[in-house]
Amino acid sequence: MIHQYRLGGYNIVIDVCSGAIHVVDEVAYDIISLFESNSKEDILSKIAEKYAGREDISADDISECYNQVCSLKEQGKLFAPDTFASMAGKLKEKTAGVVKALCLHVAHTCNLNCAYCFASQGKYHGDRAIMSFEVGKQAFDYLIKNSGTRRNLEVDFFGGEPLMNFDVVKQLVAYAREIEKEHNKNFRFTLTTNGLLIDDDVIEFANKEMSNVVLSLDGRKEIHDCYRVDYSGKGSWDRIVPKFQQLVEAREGKNYYMRGTFTHRNPDFLNDIKQMLDLGFNELSMEPVVCAQGDPAELTEDDLPIVLDQYEKLAELMLEKNKEGKPFTFYHYMIDLTGGPCIYKRISGCGSGTEYMAVTPWGDLYPCHQFVGDERFRLGDVWTGVTNTEIQDEFAACNVYAHEECKDCWARLYCSGGCAANAYHSTGSVTGVYEYGCKLFKKRMECAIMVEVAKALGTE
Amino acid sequence: MEHIKTIETKNLCESAKNGGCGECQTSCQSACKTSCGIANQQCENTQESK
Repeated sequence: MIHQYRLGGYNIVIDVCSGAIHVVDEVAYDIISLFESNSKEDILSKIAEKYAGREDISADDISECYNQVCSLKEQGKLFAPDTFASMAGKLKEKTAGVVKALCLHVAHTCNLNCAYCFASQGKYHGDRAIMSFEVGKQAFDYLIKNSGTRRNLEVDFFGGEPLMNFDVVKQLVAYAREIEKEHNKNFRFTLTTNGLLIDDDVIEFANKEMSNVVLSLDGRKEIHDCYRVDYSGKGSWDRIVPKFQQLVEAREGKNYYMRGTFTHRNPDFLNDIKQMLDLGFNELSMEPVVCAQGDPAELTEDDLPIVLDQYEKLAELMLEKNKEGKPFTFYHYMIDLTGGPCIYKRISGCGSGTEYMAVTPWGDLYPCHQFVGDERFRLGDVWTGVTNTEIQDEFAACNVYAHEECKDCWARLYCSGGCAANAYHSTGSVTGVYEYGCKLFKKRMECAIMVEVAKALGTE
Repeated sequence: MEHIKTIETKNLCESAKNGGCGECQTSCQSACKTSCGIANQQCENTQESK
């Protein structure tokens, strides 16, 4: 299967199953589009007819180009067949019972009252709660015990607002550092925060211990302050931006993400990205809102063309900034064409409910943070492990080939079937697909690949 | 005349041979938390043919 598109002045052809990417001229672009459903004679004659008035394109050129396409096919770099379906469940089968990542909900409470919050202001549709050290310690013991031979283990301190339980976060990190060597593990921590409680102590700790910090900022002040308000209704932008700047400056190159959410209010989110850049941030992420259907924040069909256009303009901006020597990263455009994931990872799905789980403040296990609060998805707890094997089996069986709609999609080996929670919330099944999200994802991949193509050709 | 330039990429078919170590980052455990993809994950397998 191939996918071909024009963007940024390039004719790009993706060979889906080999992963090969080609930049082609217009003749090759047309030949490739005709190749599978036409005979050689038909292709040559159709192309000759189309370019009849062009002195720069001779019959020999067309024939030569046709041969180049055939050669790439023989090399397995064009029209490679999908031979991966039988491997789809293998990785999860091989690693059944192995856990390598936990999202610790250390605080089901928040000092902001964001109307669009998927976690209902941090409470996840339940009561406010914070995680005790004992529960967190048990979560680490559970992770170590069930991590098999995995060395790299990931733990995200999440909420609500995790800094509302900062002492426990510090104690848990100290505990993890104490035990990681004896078990030959390497913990990578992430902290996701709204920034209100950042102070010198937090900055020093985060920059020493956190592999990554995710800082929530929606961009322009008027956009950010529309949703990200405290309980008195006051916007938080003025209070958090200087703290984020201080933290990022002190981070001295370690990873962070300035992470925004865009909604129906700002489908023109590129303006928010520009605001982040103006504030001195250059590791950016901007995510489409996840909210209940019918919520005023929900992105609409009318927003879709605007959002798709913004993604293209964002790619152009990245190339411009590269040229100026002021590069920035955008999470969804970070695609490593030579060193990205292997085919097993690409077909296995996201790992939620199997190698990745969320832990509530009281120690319950859920397939991921987005299922917390929905009792049907409670998998077990950190003391007894997974007991709801029926639900876990559903997630274990969830790979890219389990999604009927993905079978013919060119982007399937870039998204691996997408987000189980988004699928469930839009279709009622974790093996469904969230179509709106797919449209955004495909555009993001086209843009990300175009940016890499421009870099590879040195023509950006 | 060069009609096609092939960009260097990981060969997915080849990656089946030594892939599947499972050491790479869990997809959602990073910035997004809401719109998972795997394209931007890094391979952590030092043994794998690229």
